Amino acid sequence: MAVNRNFRTCPTTGLVFHEPAEKLMRWNAVVAVVALLIGGVLAIGVLLTRWQAVHLLQADLFYQFLTAHGLNMLVFWIIFFEMAILYFASSTLLRCRLATPGMAWVGFWLMVVGALLNNYAVLRGDSSVMFTSYAPMGAHPTFYAGLILFAVGALIACFVFFGTLVIAKAERTYHGSVPLVTFGAITAAIIAVFTIATGAIILIPTLLWSLGLIEHIDSLMYRTIWWGFGHSSQQINVAAHVSVWYAGAAVVFGAKPMSEKVSRTAFLLYIFFLQLASAHHLLADPGLTSNWKIFNTSYAMYLAVLASMVHGLTVPGSIEVAQRQKGFNNGLFEWLRKAPWGNAPFVAVFISIVGFGFLGGISGVMMGTEQLNLIIHNTLYVPGHFHATVVIGTTLAFMGLTYFLIPVLFRRKVAFGNMATWQAYIFGISMSGFSVFMMGAGTLGAPRRHWDISFAGNPFGYEFPATAWLMIALMGIFGVGALVGGAMYLAITVYSVFLGEKIQTPDFATVSAKRGMAPAPQPVAVGATGHGAGVGAWGMVAPGTFVLALVFLTSFVLYYFVNWKYLSTVWPLR
Amino acid sequence: MSAILPPTERVWWKEPLDRVELLWIVIALVWCLIMFFMMPYWHVYGQQNLANEAYKTSPEAFAKKADEVIAKYKVREEGPQKIPVVKPPAGSDVYLVARLWSWQPILELEAGKSYRIHLMSMDWLHGFSLQPENINIEVHPGYDHVLTVTPTAPGKFSIICNEYCGINHHTMISPLYVVK
Ligand code: HEM
Ligand SMILES: [Cu+2]
Ligand SMILES: [Cu+2]
Repeated sequence: MAVNRNFRTCPTTGLVFHEPAEKLMRWNAVVAVVALLIGGVLAIGVLLTRWQAVHLLQADLFYQFLTAHGLNMLVFWIIFFEMAILYFASSTLLRCRLATPGMAWVGFWLMVVGALLNNYAVLRGDSSVMFTSYAPMGAHPTFYAGLILFAVGALIACFVFFGTLVIAKAERTYHGSVPLVTFGAITAAIIAVFTIATGAIILIPTLLWSLGLIEHIDSLMYRTIWWGFGHSSQQINVAAHVSVWYAGAAVVFGAKPMSEKVSRTAFLLYIFFLQLASAHHLLADPGLTSNWKIFNTSYAMYLAVLASMVHGLTVPGSIEVAQRQKGFNNGLFEWLRKAPWGNAPFVAVFISIVGFGFLGGISGVMMGTEQLNLIIHNTLYVPGHFHATVVIGTTLAFMGLTYFLIPVLFRRKVAFGNMATWQAYIFGISMSGFSVFMMGAGTLGAPRRHWDISFAGNPFGYEFPATAWLMIALMGIFGVGALVGGAMYLAITVYSVFLGEKIQTPDFATVSAKRGMAPAPQPVAVGATGHGAGVGAWGMVAPGTFVLALVFLTSFVLYYFVNWKYLSTVWPLR
Repeated sequence: MSAILPPTERVWWKEPLDRVELLWIVIALVWCLIMFFMMPYWHVYGQQNLANEAYKTSPEAFAKKADEVIAKYKVREEGPQKIPVVKPPAGSDVYLVARLWSWQPILELEAGKSYRIHLMSMDWLHGFSLQPENINIEVHPGYDHVLTVTPTAPGKFSIICNEYCGINHHTMISPLYVVK
């Protein structure tokens, strides 16, 4: 089979697309958006049921909707989109042909079949086990089989990605080291490989158990290994969306990473310290010692936290430097005031960074602290936390990237004028409110995954404090705002991709391996290389970002000790 | 030139750091260390730590012990299902059985006294969530988890289930009384 060497160059961005890679990116992105649509429709039912004033669905439907919402959002939407990102970060950014497109399609279709099979299982009604499917509560075998097929497909895609890196090196399509964004994607792919391996260790025996071939699955063993899979997969998301942040800073501002060394080391910390951090899901479990819990959450998790704190500084920092070099060098915050607040990818990435750090990051550390977990475990605080990480952090960043990709990848104009910008604001702000109020209700004890916290008709009722009810109502209102924002995203993307105004660009043409080589790098004039030379204050190139980082730290420290104070008031426990 | 292109300096790992980054890394690292030390610190000086004491056992063995305690210390029954209420002496071992979809027995404890409460599930995972205190603990089948708790003030409390355990999960609730 002849190797397809058809490439096209985007005239506005200079990005290079390989024909098969482009097709794969498009299909993965389209399927991702379909999953988001399904998950979003389900979110309507879930939200309007938890909002007790509405209480829309019956209990069985609610638990079924909730299971399907979790899976379609957390697994299918995010991972299909990440596959598109992997192909973009390898083939497009390295200007290289994609390795074995045929295998990539096999992977893609396995993922599609797996996702359909898993949805079928939930649709049957006998597999409302939530995405965590904690044994010994069992689902239909197709539930696990679907997830396994999906994971195998994703694994194949990771290897196609690695293969592309090898080809790029061999055909010398770039000089020196890979770009930072590609490096971040490599991090994500490496974590994905061992995540999927852990998933296999737990899901294959569970499948056999559901078929009656294995007698017993220990609940603690299940939770321990399952979270080795479940938590690491969240780290894939973090690595992916942090890469998208850097990419956003690069395309909107031409920003250069403040220091390649720091940013890359921070990515490496994710690889080294992630698997272990999954222990923070087991802090309220019996049978594991405190030493094990403390070691695994802090030694491991806090170094991953450190990495995120570093990225949280360097991305805005690099934007500040780029802005100052453009002349917005007055005072601490002119660079931020004069930022393009009408540019959709920028707004999405900006809210993603702030929301992920302030809401998702801080709350995550609270839950991940051995003793503090006692007053948080399994309350609404938990979904509040991860709607801040995986929705504001990951999903919103991906939405911003979509607005960049529609013209570049699909060669269509983003439809409906500046509705995309409004979408980013509405979705970002509503989702922030939604997460905050969910966490508030959780702090007051409201449980997650619960159909009726009024305990209507129960001989032993419990009445939650009025503030908890208020929090739930506010969660409902902001949740509706988030649904509107989500619907706007779907409307804009679907309309643009299928009906949007076409952009005429030069089409694919064959490029020989030799002509595809990157030009030899030009020696850079000494002096001009000094990054951010001559900007900033206090001997810092990004003093504004530093001040913002200190604000972040202050809220972090205060909130951390407030939680310890609260813990100290509950019943003594040994 | 930017994060989507290869680094301009080929030996980028030798580029010096800016003061912003260096300072921030040091600050963040110190903060991470403080957070680390808070946990062992609380084990020594704090009052709220989850017990490490747990035993593997069978549902039958656990239920048997629970029944013995109920037989000995039952004071009355409550609710349409006539769930036994037990008032065990301070310091004693009390067994709380979680099953689809109830908690048994109902406990009546004295404020200021300590009790060794054994938690275990007979079937699937459940969540022990004491309200309004908001103490939350995972309850496993096959693991007898022993907590020493000291109720602080009298009142009526509720144990709700906050680990999803199937279709009637939201009905799994039990009172817990603390008396003077
Ligand atoms: C459009 C706005 C969205 C709304 C209004 C919404 C609302 C909700 C609500 C009310 C719950 C139930 C919490 C509970 O009862 O425990 C929930 C659960 C969940 N949501 Fe969302 N959600 C939205 C978008 C998303 C997105 C984009 C993702 C992932 C990327 C996501 C992932 C999840 C997950 C993983 C769960 C947990 C399911 C479980 O506990 O098994 N959601 N969501
Ligand atoms: Cu339960
Ligand atoms: Cu339950």
